[in-house]
Amino acid sequence: MPIRTLAVIPAFNEESSLPATLRELRAAAPELAVAVVDDGSTDATSAAARAGGATTLRHPFNLGVGAAVRTGLRYALERDFDRVVVVDADGQHDAAGIAALCRALDDGASVALGSRFGTGSPHYDIGAMRRRGQQLLAGVVRRLTHRELTDVTSGFRAFDRKALEFLAAEYPAEFLADTVEVLLKCHAAGLAIVEVPIAMRPRSGGRPSSRHLKLLINYLRLLIGIASWRWRRSIGGSS
Amino acid sequence: MAAIHWRFVMSTRAHIVVIVATAITIGVIFRLVRLQQLRSKYALLWLSIAIVLVPLAAWPRLLEWLSARLGIAYAPTTLLLAACAFLFAVAVHFSWELSRLEARTRTLAEEIALLRTRLEEPSESRPTDALPPLLRDAE
Repeated sequence: MPIRTLAVIPAFNEESSLPATLRELRAAAPELAVAVVDDGSTDATSAAARAGGATTLRHPFNLGVGAAVRTGLRYALERDFDRVVVVDADGQHDAAGIAALCRALDDGASVALGSRFGTGSPHYDIGAMRRRGQQLLAGVVRRLTHRELTDVTSGFRAFDRKALEFLAAEYPAEFLADTVEVLLKCHAAGLAIVEVPIAMRPRSGGRPSSRHLKLLINYLRLLIGIASWRWRRSIGGSS
Repeated sequence: MAAIHWRFVMSTRAHIVVIVATAITIGVIFRLVRLQQLRSKYALLWLSIAIVLVPLAAWPRLLEWLSARLGIAYAPTTLLLAACAFLFAVAVHFSWELSRLEARTRTLAEEIALLRTRLEEPSESRPTDALPPLLRDAE
């Protein structure tokens, strides 16, 4: 039986960039089923997704990327898909990278992470402050998981069936937790995480997801999340 | 130093005001419960304050006695301290309740998205087996 893969595209007010993203995806990987999760958009994102031939799941209000991804994972489980690739709606992720992520799953990884910084990925400029924050996060995750990870906030990732089943219940909703904390959860659950260098492009539309102060608050919240979660785990482990 | 005891500062009129205010509060809370605007567990929370406040307002010596027992020299501080502690506990409880509600709302919204998509599909492409099991929250 062939492996069935679903591309999940979380989208919030992405009517302008979604059509091109869907077209490119269709051209690069025609065998892929595509589900767009419209996270309570106020524009015509859902219509754009339908016009582009994608299955559309629509949240009644905005819940955050993590919730959109979880909805996509639950849809994948419901329809019995073997794999899920999460792709950004704004066209940052080169559809050609999907094949590289899937190869990593073929090689036994449960979670394949598309990295902008790893050796072999072309230069991608994100600004000094953002870069420093991401290096800090990557350092924390490396220390906790003992895995060679350089880009822990990348939203371009693929999950195998095992990861799918775990994350359909556990995927966190908060910003940053949905990219970073989820890796720690996967690691704790014994899922193998592998990073794959990927070429990324500048955004084709929409706004970057956060401003500086908000980002700082989110970082602090994430650290509390990681700390409390580790504490919970150590209690669970000792009992 | 002139020893002005707090008991003489608080007038009879003030006592009456406190008692009347408490009575009104109790009345409002009961009304809300009867109109089903307030869950009875929260009603119990606020009524317990009234139950503590009324005797203290009616018999001020009670507070004085309690403060002496706790080693607090200025009796009204006892009341303020208790009020702070109580409101803090209530705020923490509400944060907890709110977190739980947010997690549930999120799960419901996801569920709605899945169900809507299922309904919009032409029936022949719909999976024929029963609906997948409801997601249990990870808490």
